[in-house]
Formats: sequence, structure tokens, C-alpha cells
Amino acid sequence: MTAVVELDHATIKLGGRSILADASLTIQAGEFIGVLGPNGAGKTTLMRVILGLLSPSAGSLRVFGRTPQRGNTDIGYLPQVRTVLPDLRVRGVDFIGSSLHGECWGLPSLSRHDRSMIEETLEAVGARELGHRPLSEMSGGERQRLLLAQAVLGQPKLLLLDEPLISLDARHQEIVIDLVHKVCRERGITVLFSAHELNQLLGTLDRVLYLGNGQAVLGTVEEVITAPVLSRLYGTDIQVLRAKGHIFVMSRGRDIEVTDHQHDHSHGGHERHH
Amino acid sequence: MAATSVTTDMFAYEFMNNAFAAASIAAAVSGIVGYFLVMRGQTFAGHALSHIGFAGATGAGLIGLAPLWGLLGFTLVAGVVMGALSERISNRDIAIGIVLSLALGFGLLFLHYYTSFATQATALLFGNVLAVDVRTIATLAVLGLITLVALTIIMRPLIFVSLQPELAEAKGVPLRFVSIVFLAIVALAVSECAQIVGVLLVFTLMVGPPATAQRLTTGLWSGLFCSALVALGEAWLGLTLAFYTDWPVSFCIALLSGLAYFASLSTLARRPHAPVLDHRHG
Repeated sequence: MTAVVELDHATIKLGGRSILADASLTIQAGEFIGVLGPNGAGKTTLMRVILGLLSPSAGSLRVFGRTPQRGNTDIGYLPQVRTVLPDLRVRGVDFIGSSLHGECWGLPSLSRHDRSMIEETLEAVGARELGHRPLSEMSGGERQRLLLAQAVLGQPKLLLLDEPLISLDARHQEIVIDLVHKVCRERGITVLFSAHELNQLLGTLDRVLYLGNGQAVLGTVEEVITAPVLSRLYGTDIQVLRAKGHIFVMSRGRDIEVTDHQHDHSHGGHERHH
Repeated sequence: MAATSVTTDMFAYEFMNNAFAAASIAAAVSGIVGYFLVMRGQTFAGHALSHIGFAGATGAGLIGLAPLWGLLGFTLVAGVVMGALSERISNRDIAIGIVLSLALGFGLLFLHYYTSFATQATALLFGNVLAVDVRTIATLAVLGLITLVALTIIMRPLIFVSLQPELAEAKGVPLRFVSIVFLAIVALAVSECAQIVGVLLVFTLMVGPPATAQRLTTGLWSGLFCSALVALGEAWLGLTLAFYTDWPVSFCIALLSGLAYFASLSTLARRPHAPVLDHRHG
């Protein structure tokens, strides 16, 4: 196994606030890592450091054994803040194509090879028909699929997906997870997949990277999703309940994850009794 | 003007030939630059630049310079400043609205102190393409060339940054630099366009045609060419219409620009699943 992302006593600060303090961990090649943690825990910030947009203030973070640099073509990225103008009547292929050699000066042009690569990637994520439709006419799920195609374009070895499930309904969330899983297994891509909710990823992820309270814990679900570890990360008393293959992380009697998509599950047994 | 014409052939008049030449240059540049303005959702910033240009043009009159250079200088500086402040100002309606009205107010103040210049106010605000001379055409051509060459150089990263700023940043595209250069390009285009239709009506050539083009086609190149063609068509037809009706040229172009846009909307409404023409990348 080779290390893809290594943190060695890394401290990451954002606007004077410590996101990570003295964190050390190693993500191996081919792993599917679920990145979890409360809002503001630093999931996006960690990805920005891996991309070379920010530097650790102490310690080191290495990607493929090197200090991260902006424009690393080995990294595919699906940002969380996706600025899509409502009136953007640009078709899918042009949208995706803009990222290919988008950093070069001059007129945009795509070689035959570039175009066939786009076609192949669209095919791989089942979005072939999206290539010719304008962005403004796509649903949230379709747009996400297109962005996913773009993220895996150019054969990246590491994929950073920042909240790719946000604003998708349960069915489309499953489709996206399955898609990422399939494409990345086939191509041996290492994945960092940040999400609000753990349960949907349970069958897919290899290990969990849980961020919170300036700390990061990397391990299997059994190791990380426990009351003592999460209580430390949230800085409050946390209970972990396992039922019917689901895990519920509770604080003061309330599920701390987004519960919007779990209406069909009974919440009756999850109350914390005093 | 046209009402006194003794012949119905508009090209028999030198001023009409000049007007066609000047309008062609400005329309092509406006249509092409405007396409990116619309794509970036910065149309209001473009509008503000033209108002700032009005202050520049009247200010130039005060100190005895040609209005075009005042217009150009002010819009260029404002474009660069807006680009540098980028996210903080160029997409904020309120800040832009305040700067815009402030600039227009200053323009009025400059006019107030340079009273003999007041006759030019209408020309600045609503354009006066029929008074264009050969020297102005040459200036427009040179400025237009500079604008298009600059756009050609930054086009690829500009599209990337416009469509996907977060990803472009991660890939190492200098966002701020591209933003500054683009708004400087817009400033040049606004100065050109204002010579034809005036600072108040730059939207007719810079926003109308690209918005129409976006309704008609979804490809990048086809959209760009379509936008330039629509702008040219509106300028030519507008001049022709003005010649035979004696209506103001800027009104005719504004009318055609509006009609074309609304017509393109209804085309789309009638054919919601219209097949998209496949214009491939070159």
C-alpha cells in the first residue's frame, strides 16, 4: 500500500481558528474515505489544503509524497460551493470541457482525444445525454452527475468530493454514492467523500475520517463511531446507537445528523432517557 | 438628417457609410464581449461602467479633451478596480447601483460647469452615430482590435473561471487577474458601444444580442458567433430603419434588440425540447 495523503503533526488554521491541531494520519491508495464531522469542522478546509490552496501552519501535509501544489492534475475535485448561474444556457460538454486545459491561455479548443475522453467519462457516469443539454434545464441530480463526470475526467488518482449529496433526494443520493463507488473501484481511485450523514455511506466506505474540535480521527466505522471518540470530537456527551444496520449518533436525545431522509425509520427508540 | 434626403439610397450619403462602418465595428465587439458578460452574470457591472464613462466623457470636455478619451480612461480605471475587488463589488447590485448613480451625478456636475458642452449631453447619453467621422472610425477599429486580441488571449481561462470558479482556483487559474483583464476588456467594449448607442443604451448591443443568442443556441462557439451576428444585424437594420423613418438610430437599435430577445424567448417556449444543433469545438 502506498500513502496518498499523509498528515504529520499538521496544524491547519483558518482565519485564526484552529481547524486541525497536531494531527497525524495516513490515507492509503485506493481507500474510500468518508469525511464526516459537524458543520465548520474543517472538511472543506482540509480539501483545500490537499489541493494546495492553503498551507498547514505547522507540521506537514503531503499528497503523493509531495507538498501540495495548485493545479495538480492527479486530483479530481468536486467543490461544495457550486456557483451555477440560473440562466446559464451552456451545454454539458462545454461546461465540462471548460475545465480541460482551462488554465492555458488562448482560445478554447479541444482535441479529438479530449472530446473522446469527455464522451467516455460521461458514459461511465451514465450521463451521455446530459452532454447536449443546457445546464439551466438540468435537475439537481443531473447536474451533480455531470459534475461527477468532470471530477473523474483526466484520470485522477485522488478524488475530493465535497458534500456531493447536498440538495439531492434520497434516491439520487444513492445513485451518486453507487456511481462514485463503481467508477473509483474500477479505476483504483482514492476517494475523500465528505457528507453530513454516515448511514448511506456505511456499505461503501473503507474508513471514516471524523473531524471535530480541532481533531481528526481516522479509522474503521467500529473504531471511530463510538461514544468516547465522538464525545471528544463534539466536545459534548454523545451516544451511539446501532439498530438494523444503521448507526444513530445522538446528543441530548436528538440525532445530530441530518434526519430529513429517515422518515421511514422509527425514531421512537432513539430518545435518551434521563 | 434623413428626412431631408433627396435620394432614397442611404449609401449615397457619406454620413450613412460612416455610420455603418462605425456601427459594424462596435456591434461586433459588443456582441462578442457581451456574450461573456452575460455568461458571467455581470451585466449590471457593464451598465455601471458605461455610467462611469459618462462622468469621464463630460469631465474630459471640462479639461478640453475629446469625450472618447475621458470615457475610455474612466471606464478602464473603473473596470480594473472592479475586477480587483471582484467578488466583493462586481457582483453586488447595491454597491454597483450606488457607484452608478454617483457617476451619473458627477457627469451632470461636469456638464453644469462646462455649459457649452451641454449640447453634447444627448449625444453622450443616447449616442450620435450619424455624426461619426473617419478618424473616429479608425479609432474604433484600433480599439476593437485591441479588445478582441485581449479577449482571445484570456478566453480559455475566462470561460473556465466563469463557469466553475472554485474548480478553476484549485487548478491554478489566477482568478483575480482574469477578472481584472476581463473588466478592462468590457470597459473598452463599453466605450466603443457608447459611441454608437450612447451610455444609457449600451445594453441594447452588449446584453440584448448575447441574451438572444443564448436562447437560440447552447454551444459556446455557436453562441459567440450568433451573438455577434445578432448585434450586427440589429445595428444594420436599426440604421436602415432610422434612415427611412427619421426615428433616432439608438431607438431603432434598442427596439430591434428588445424585439429579437422577446422573439427568441417565444421560440423557446414553443419548442421546449428543440433539438440542439451540434456546433463542434474547432
